[in-house]
Amino acid sequence: MELIAPIDLAKQSVLRVQEYALLAWRSIANLFAHPRYLSDTLQQADSIGVGSVPVVVLTGFFTGAVLALQSANSLARFGALSLTGQLVSLSMVRELGPVLTGLMVAGRNASGMASELGSMKVTEQIDAMRALGTDPTKKLVTPRVVSTVIMLFFLTIISDLVGLTGGYIIAHFTLGLDSYQYWNTAYQSLVYGDVFMGLTKPLLFGFVISTIGCYYGLTAHGGTQGVGRATTQAVVAASVIMLVVNLVYTRLLLSIFGMH
Amino acid sequence: MSLTPAQPANGHEQERIIVFEDVAIAFDENIVLDGVSFQLYKGETKILLGVAGAGKSVILKLALGLLQPDRGRIWVLDNDVTQMKEEDLFDLRRRIGMVFQESALFDSFTVRENVAYRLIEEHVSPDETERRVREALRFVELEQTLDLFPAELSGGMRRRVAIARAIVTQPEVLLYDSPTGGLDPVTSTTIMELVVKQRDVYHTSALLVTHRLQDAYTMATHYFDTKANEMRPLGGNKVNLDSSFIILRDGKVIFDGNTLELAQSKDEYIREYIA
Repeated sequence: MELIAPIDLAKQSVLRVQEYALLAWRSIANLFAHPRYLSDTLQQADSIGVGSVPVVVLTGFFTGAVLALQSANSLARFGALSLTGQLVSLSMVRELGPVLTGLMVAGRNASGMASELGSMKVTEQIDAMRALGTDPTKKLVTPRVVSTVIMLFFLTIISDLVGLTGGYIIAHFTLGLDSYQYWNTAYQSLVYGDVFMGLTKPLLFGFVISTIGCYYGLTAHGGTQGVGRATTQAVVAASVIMLVVNLVYTRLLLSIFGMH
Repeated sequence: MSLTPAQPANGHEQERIIVFEDVAIAFDENIVLDGVSFQLYKGETKILLGVAGAGKSVILKLALGLLQPDRGRIWVLDNDVTQMKEEDLFDLRRRIGMVFQESALFDSFTVRENVAYRLIEEHVSPDETERRVREALRFVELEQTLDLFPAELSGGMRRRVAIARAIVTQPEVLLYDSPTGGLDPVTSTTIMELVVKQRDVYHTSALLVTHRLQDAYTMATHYFDTKANEMRPLGGNKVNLDSSFIILRDGKVIFDGNTLELAQSKDEYIREYIA
């Protein structure tokens, strides 16, 4: 393996961040320029959104269920079993719903985008597209970014709802909690800041996941091996950066809403 | 043996379509082109010859603005592509047809969708699109493959579909990147027949990259007979002067001229190359 001087490595890293930032910026700027590829956006929305429903439903359901089991175990020690709904609700809406849905979509779609665009890159299809007078960022990147942002928002809502249902099934049928009590505490505990946090996170996560997936795809090189490498890197980078963004954004919102 | 022109020298008009002026480009430490200058005139087909890695394909990508040179200027259809933004280059590229080395067909599109791609982007009506797609595919004799995917075609058929995609909008310039590379002799001849047909029927200016001397020979010694709908030899020692040659070596142009000049070259490397 070729050794790279630290200064060259630093330069390469800065260059990659710059390339990514430019791509991310163009993906937004393209929204205000013609042509707009509505049919491609709808196609991607179907693939990313509808295609991810099963995995998001399953993840959400079992997460909500296990959350109810775990929290009930702890709450029972303090005689606060009735607060299970509240704990499941807050955890799912503020954190687990957006984050787990984001991770699922990152695993499923950032890899898909990186491999699809990477294959196009190494087989000169991206160059062919440019040669045919089409801007690949408009045709390929912006539709993926728009559809991921929008669909992740709705997928998170589905995940929250299914997670709460999973928690309810455990709370009611295993722990013997009253239905009204579960749903009432779950609902009453949520304030505006929780819902805002839970529904704005997917917008950020969707942007991060899709731009990173597209970036690794469009910069893939080195044949099929390079595509495989780009795919793996896309999933890892999208997941890690999404979690970092989650921490920063959560801290910011907690400050804004004065929540604890 | 002496060669004679099949038509007056410089039969093409003297309008310059592509101009390279002292162009240089390097990838990392590897200098690919170093001070390359040449001109492509209207109606002319210039054949770029050279060993693998000589920078022939890079010239085509530079002409399209897919790469930017480290030094020098490039004019294509009176546009300085070295000074243009990517956004403006898209408009220029719509006037140029490019046939990539490995065809570069969109593998998730059918043949019809591939050939129609540019027409769909330009919002041409569906009826007109269908008519022009069929016409382009008829030109490459692949009308029966409309609904097939690229993966279902042979290498030669994919190359012909790529030619159909490049010519469907009747571009002002065509760039062929090794259109016969990796193909068997029979299929190569079929592809070259299409290139000759495009030159002699539509008189489209073109740059043709190849490392096969046979292709250059075919271009120089054949014409397309529209009545018989086939490529035929010019006969005798006649050569086509709408075709000219550039030979690249070590990043530099070591020959730029027509078939007669090539045949008369005293350069040892060139004589060995064309032997």
